[in-house]
Amino acid sequence: MISFSAVVKRYPGGQEGLKGVSFSIEAGEFAFVAGHSGAGKSTLLKLIPAIERPSSGAVLVNGQNVGALKRAALPYLRRNLGLVFQDQKLLYDRSVYDNVMLPLAFSELSGREAARRARAALDKVGLLAREKANPIQLSGGEQQRLAIARAVVNRPSVLIADEPTANLDAGSAAAILEIFADFNKVGVTVLVATHDEGLIGRFARQVLRLAKGSLVQ
Amino acid sequence: MKTWLRQHRQAIAAAFGKLAAQKSAAALNALVIGIALSLPAGGYALLSSLRTISVGAVLEPQLSVFLRAEVKRPEADTLGARLKTDARVSDARFVSREQALKELQATEGLAEVVAALSHNPLPDAFVVRPKRTQGAHSTDAALLDALASELRALPGVAHVQVDSAWARRLGALAGTARLATALLAALLAFGLVAITFNTIRLQILTQRAEIEISKLIGATDAFIRRPFFYLGALQGLAGGLVALVILAASLAALNIGVSELAASYGSSFRLGFLEPGDALAVVLFSAALGWFGAFLSVSKYLREIEPK
Repeated sequence: MISFSAVVKRYPGGQEGLKGVSFSIEAGEFAFVAGHSGAGKSTLLKLIPAIERPSSGAVLVNGQNVGALKRAALPYLRRNLGLVFQDQKLLYDRSVYDNVMLPLAFSELSGREAARRARAALDKVGLLAREKANPIQLSGGEQQRLAIARAVVNRPSVLIADEPTANLDAGSAAAILEIFADFNKVGVTVLVATHDEGLIGRFARQVLRLAKGSLVQ
Repeated sequence: MKTWLRQHRQAIAAAFGKLAAQKSAAALNALVIGIALSLPAGGYALLSSLRTISVGAVLEPQLSVFLRAEVKRPEADTLGARLKTDARVSDARFVSREQALKELQATEGLAEVVAALSHNPLPDAFVVRPKRTQGAHSTDAALLDALASELRALPGVAHVQVDSAWARRLGALAGTARLATALLAALLAFGLVAITFNTIRLQILTQRAEIEISKLIGATDAFIRRPFFYLGALQGLAGGLVALVILAASLAALNIGVSELAASYGSSFRLGFLEPGDALAVVLFSAALGWFGAFLSVSKYLREIEPK
């Protein structure tokens, strides 16, 4: 499903974000990417949707070498990936419902089916009652749940989250992880980057531990 | 196909939404574009109106050879035969004094003047059309003058007038004005493209976050570009419509003075508005330029925005 083979990411100036990282995550797995700040977690996650390209090595997603994909092919790769960020990346000039509808605007779904899907995703994260609200009116945990709803509305096969619980209290963070676990139960591959060892311990999944750009045991 | 149409509908709605969100800025842009476009459109309308005058005029040079009042018809016929055999003359048409009076009577505003005359003051005349000089655009002016001088010396000739010089000058002036209008249109078209380019650039910068997010969640470049293209085209379209309104209002104002002036010459001449096809062309041209400005802007700036 997701496979890194001797992946090196070198930034302009020579600094290495990743140093020959290799691992593999099978379909339907739930894995954590752990490590301190600057360990290379975000770099690793950004290589999967080709936000960054590897300097060397291969990143395979569903058998596709994403590092070699042409620019025009990237949207089609990203539609099959659900992305959740620490800063949520929501649109604050639109309602909660419109934010979730965004990925469906370029789907093949009819308007009615898209609306049904968006409401189902909001229901799944417990925000259906707030669909008309502006994201700015939501709490941090609710905003993160909204970002998850937007990430899953297209029914991606992989869900990738970069520090989704970083700014949340322990209760909200656990609730977010429970949502990821629920999606994983229905077959979605989940990859979450976090520095919260407590959370990792509670969910006891496969852990890819990074330190200074390299995988460590 | 259904999805494609839906996406275009959404893009048009988004473009209208952006215009509605910035009403004052959109109105000012339309006004600026409208003013810029109304200048060449006005020039074109003016030239079209003037063409109705110059079309009626004879642009080919010709000479009017007026005979003395005492010249009898046989002498006139002899003169006519001589003119027709001249190698420099293409055609010589006899216009009798009676026929000239009839033509004068038929001229707008002169019927009453002619009716007031006690006798026919007009002479018999020949209208002489010289042969064109090979390779020249028109008959050489010097040759024309030389021919006129020779004809003046002929027995029975009272006066020779080189006709149509004014019409040729008007034609040349109209040609220069047409060229100036075309240059002005091209220059202002660049201006319109620049205005749209800048407006769309600002829109792209304003929507940077949205574009970034759209790219992250799998929107294609075409999907992201579309609303900006429609926005540029709508802005151009609005500017084109404003230009027509400005032109119509300006012509209406000018026509007050023009019709008074024309009436003093016994004419009902008025400056006309653009033909429906030309008016439509102004609006479509403006929309196309708006689209082009948006295309240039989007091509330049959209690639610079990538998710981080």
